[in-house]
Parts: sequence; C-alpha cells; structure tokens
Amino acid sequence: MGATHLPSTEFDGTELDDQLEAQAEAALGVPPTEMVQLLRPDGTLGADSVFSEYAQRLDAEKFRGFYADMAAIRRFDQEATALQRQGQLALWVPLTGQEAAQIGSGRASQPQDYIFPTYREHGVALTRNVDLAELLKQFRGVSNGGWNPKDTNFHLYTLVLAAQTPHAVGYAMGIQRDQRLAAAQGVEGSAEPKAAVMVYFGDGASSEGDVHESMVFASSYNAPVVFFCQNNHWAISVPTAVQTRIPLSNRAKGYGFPGIRVDGNDVIAVHAVTEWALEHARQGNGPVLIEAFTYRVGAHTTADDPTKYRESSEEALWREKDPLDRLEKYLRSEGMADEAFFAKVAAEGDELAAYIRKSTYASDAPDIRTAFANTYVEAHPLVAEELAWFEQYSAGFAGEDEGEGAGR
Amino acid sequence: MTTMTIAKAINEGLRATLSNNPKSLLMGEDIGPLGGVYRVTDGLIGEFGPDRVVDTPLAESGIIGTAIGLALRGYLPVAEIQFDGFVFPGFNQITTQLAKMHSRSNGNLTVPVVIRIPYGGGIGSIEHHSESPEALFAHTPGLRIITPSNPHDAYWMIQQAVNCQDPVIVFEPKRRYWLKGEVDTESAGPAEDPFKAHVVREGTDATVVVYGPLVPVALAAANAAAEDGRSIEVIDLRSISPIDFDAIEASVKKTGRLVVAHEAPTFGGIGGEIAARISERAFLSLEAPVIRVGGFHMPYPVAKIEEDYLPDIDRILEALDRTFAY
Repeated sequence: MGATHLPSTEFDGTELDDQLEAQAEAALGVPPTEMVQLLRPDGTLGADSVFSEYAQRLDAEKFRGFYADMAAIRRFDQEATALQRQGQLALWVPLTGQEAAQIGSGRASQPQDYIFPTYREHGVALTRNVDLAELLKQFRGVSNGGWNPKDTNFHLYTLVLAAQTPHAVGYAMGIQRDQRLAAAQGVEGSAEPKAAVMVYFGDGASSEGDVHESMVFASSYNAPVVFFCQNNHWAISVPTAVQTRIPLSNRAKGYGFPGIRVDGNDVIAVHAVTEWALEHARQGNGPVLIEAFTYRVGAHTTADDPTKYRESSEEALWREKDPLDRLEKYLRSEGMADEAFFAKVAAEGDELAAYIRKSTYASDAPDIRTAFANTYVEAHPLVAEELAWFEQYSAGFAGEDEGEGAGR
Repeated sequence: MTTMTIAKAINEGLRATLSNNPKSLLMGEDIGPLGGVYRVTDGLIGEFGPDRVVDTPLAESGIIGTAIGLALRGYLPVAEIQFDGFVFPGFNQITTQLAKMHSRSNGNLTVPVVIRIPYGGGIGSIEHHSESPEALFAHTPGLRIITPSNPHDAYWMIQQAVNCQDPVIVFEPKRRYWLKGEVDTESAGPAEDPFKAHVVREGTDATVVVYGPLVPVALAAANAAAEDGRSIEVIDLRSISPIDFDAIEASVKKTGRLVVAHEAPTFGGIGGEIAARISERAFLSLEAPVIRVGGFHMPYPVAKIEEDYLPDIDRILEALDRTFAY
C-alpha cells in the first residue's frame, strides 16, 4: 500500500477539530487524511473498506478482553494517582482517556515484536505482561524501571522525548539483518516468526528532531517499524496546533510511507489499524505511521493544572467519547456481556488496586552499591575507588541510627 | 611487524573486527564507496557489503540512536562521526541514552556501541573541524573514552573497543592519521589493556602527561629538554575515561614534577582532573604545582592562527621551566 489516504468513515471531531481540519486543508491544498473509526461513540459498529476485515477477526471474547484491559488500566491509573496524592509516589503520569489507543495497539502486537514506549504507556505495558507494580518504581524513586525488557520485549520508559524513536529504528534494522543472516545460512522459515518494532510518542514529541531522523532512517532502509503517535491534544499546556498545522498522520507522506489517522478512543479501530501496520512491517513492506486521535482527559502529570490552559468544556466533550463507555454500549447491545461480567471486571480492578498499593508500600530504596555496580559492565577503576571510599566512609557510621547517615 | 599509517591501522583493525564478528557493523556518513572523508573505511564496503558497512542519512542523532537500537538487538555497531565538531547533534543520544542504558536497566541491558571521532586541530581546516571535545564526554559516567597515538595502538584499540561491553568513544588524532609506525598484527603486546597508560619515554626529573595528537609533541619537547640536561618522562594516557591515575602517580612519585598537556581548552579539561587527583594522591611527592598546558578559553580559532592556540614544543618546554622554577 503506497497511498497515505485510506478510505475511512466520517470524521467525528469537536468544533475545534473541524476548524483545524479546515486549516489543514487550506495548508495542504487537499483534504487531510481522514480518520478511521469503526466503533462510534454511540456504541454502534461502522464499516471501513480496509479495516473492517481486521475487526472481523475479533470475537466476543476478544472484545470482552479489551474492555477488561481498559477497565483494569483505568483502575490502576486511579490507584497510582491516589498513591501520589498520599505521598507514596513523587509523581504520576495519568493515562485516563487513552486506554483504547494503548490497549488496542498493544493487543495487536505479537510476543516477538519489540515495543519502545514513552512514559505514559501503562496500558501497553499491561498488554505486554509487565508486572504493573514495576511501573510505579520509577515514580517512587526506587528504580528507573523495574522490569527486564528482555522478558517482555517492552523497553523501559524513556523520558527524554522521542529519544527512543531512533532506538526503535535501529532495533528494526537489527531484525532485518537477523532475517538476512538466517536466509544466508539457509534457515529462512525455520527461524523465529517475523518481527516488527512499535515505538510510541506523542503529539508534543512529534516536533523533536529525533522523530524526523528516525522516519528518514526507517524510510531509507525500509525498516519494519510502526510509529505509533498518540495525539492526546496537549503537550503539557501547549495544544497540538503549536506542533503542527496538518494532521500528524499526513507527515508520513513526506517520508514516503503510509500514515493513518485512527480514532484513538475506538479500541476496535486502533486494534485493526495497528494489526494491519504490524503485518505490513513484518512482511517487509516498511514503516507505517499511526496517529491515534485521542485526548488526555486528566492532567499531564500530578504536578500539572489543566484549568490554567484549557476549558473544562473541552474535557467534557471528550468524556462523551469515552473509550470504555462506547465499548460497554456495544457489548451490552450485542449481548456479548452481562452484569456479571462488568461486576467481575470491577472486582478484578479492586484486586489489582490492592496489589498495587501493597507492592508500592513494600518497594524499598535500593542499595547505592547496585548503582556503583551497574554504571559499567566491565570493571572500572574510578568506580572501584569511589566505592571503596564509600564503604570506608559508611563504616564510620556503624552502630548509629539506621535511618541516619550514608551507611544505611 | 608491518609498517603502516594510523589511518591504515584503524582500517585493518576494522577489517579484522568485521571478519571476526558477524554481528559487528560500521555506520556513518560517506563511509561506503568513498571510504570515509579520511578513507579510514576504504575498501570495506566491497568486502563486507552494505549491511555491514552502512552509509547513513546525514543525521548524527539518528546514527547514534539507531546504533543503540542495533546494540539492543545484539549487534556491535561502530558509528563514525565525520568530524569532532559535528558530534553535538548526537550529544543527547550519547549522554542521556547510550551512557545510561546499562545503569537505568539495573544491569539488564548492555549497549556495546563504539563511536569513532576524528578530533583535534593542526590541519588548517575550517571551523568545527579541529575541536577536542573529549572532556564533555569524560564528564559523563557510563562512557569509556580512548585515544590511540600510534598505529600499533590504533590497530588494537579499535578492536578492543568493539569487544568491550560498555560504550566506547574512540577519539582518533586526525592530524596523525598519516603517521607511520610498526604494527604487530599478531599480538597486542604485553600491556594490552586499552584503558592503561603507557610510559613512552622514561625520565627522572619531570613527568609530561599527554594523549592522542600531542604525544609526538611531548616526545620532541623531552628531546629538547634532554639537551639542557633535563630527563623528562612522557606518559601516553591512551585512555581518557577511565584515567590510569596509578601510572601517573607512580611516575610523579619518581620525578616530583608534572605537566599535563592537551589541545582542548585548559579550563574544565582533563588536565585539571589529573592535577586535582595527583595533588590528592601524591601531594608530598610534588616539588611544584601541577602545570597545565592547553587550548585557550575561546572557540577554536581560525586556521591561520591555530599555531598560536595549539600547545607545541615550546609551550611544553615553557611549562617545564615553570615547574623547575620551584
């Protein structure tokens, strides 16, 4: 598929979005890429000439799974926010509103794929079987990510915006070389399944040079990478209009690969589009940019105050397009889920919250000796010298209150 | 033993690396058919193909960033930055990502990326082509920094950098690329650790510590001083991070006097770090303050006046005079 303009259902934005669409059309000279939507806010399922086929691969159990995942991660988000308010976490980065974008895309990935998140992809982490308690360690200040990426193919969070995007392309270049090495050795087909890489970033990070360089590299080498941009409308306090005058998905055209804007609050469409994109990449057809059009309903972080830069009416508009509500309507109207299902999901959410709370209370500060040990892989004389000094210095505090001094 | 230039020695070292390890690859701007602007990768794309010798888009952050990704996938990338002054678009990737990946992953991930950077002045070039930014990287925990000064070291240190599991920056003294010397391609020699300093001339009266392009300058200064009856010990640091303080300390305890010289600006430079450490370790052995010789606190000047900027034989001799004045 070479075209970036894919057939889709009608655009379903707010008044502001309609205005931005008109501006984009004026800038582009043609209508911007339309948005793919399958599950409408009223809970009815629409059709798309390309992506309905992917949605048809899903069954009731999958849909219930999507709902359970989205409900779990929203409950997790609420619990983490509460833990921050209680002083248990230094900061929290809420995802509420973006559940469909994250669960839909994460569930479209396969175990052999490798995922590079930014720092808000708690929902994607859930789909990759990362222990969610480990996510909180970064925000508690006891670790920079408690999970081993090799176990889940879910990389650590990256806080320097867009810095992970070239890593994803390089990783994808490695996959290409693995395949060619295997082919040269005559083991093609017998090796592990073909893999792709998916890298997450936001509308704010889309302005970083690393995104541009990554897309140039990915395009030049036809790397199997899916750029998944969650356009949540706000980069802390700055609206998307400051980052771009056209829908971000349109930028792909300039790099020569497909760009798709998908309703990021529609888990079915996000799943379909991402599955298509990952297949496209795995089959050797090169990169894809997905722009999931969604909204950060909460604050950027728990240190942020959205009332200073946006109207609450805007948040209200987006709450009407809530990803959980619309899937719930669909499940109920199609008879795919009953009260017992939703009660079970709620109970599981409470269990998850209790587990998160308990794990957070129990996660203690590491020993600084591990930081000495992990600075380099191989022995390093300066680190050894400073560690020796530290041990000697700490020994001077022996016997003092365990809560005091450097020797604890 | 074979006689070759530093540029050829690095070329041969890279050839050996590519032959010995199928997961190693080179990446950078113009390193393919052209063989690099200094021809250091000459002929390698023909032997190993474009998957192993990768001409990249013109984007330094992308080069370092994709090298990190390749390393995460199990590859051993050797990235070339075309000139010292062009490393800065990749500085973010080097300092915030590459240097920290092992640490922030609790030791789970390794990123054995090698970055080759031709550095230093004295070639009459235009701006951004003559700089010595090594201190900016030495200040960053997680990186290792080495700089060969002769063909034998160049041949082996590039291979040792690739074999090291930590990220290594190899600063190549570009004005010495055509310096010839003997290379033992069979063995790295008895002192093969690339992170150890070498005493390249023994002496008893004062120690001069240098690295990279200034090693021949310091040796010439030592010869000149010998005519005045001064016995100067010259240490080729070889590694800028870590620094082999043991070797410097041992020398200073013998000579009692220390001069450190580099092309990079004196302020905040490697010389200051050595001066401070040696003052702590060997204060009672020092007969004089440690004297630093380096570039001035100014942007690297235009080529027609770079001789006034660069430490030379006379500047090192002047520093030695000052240390002998005590």
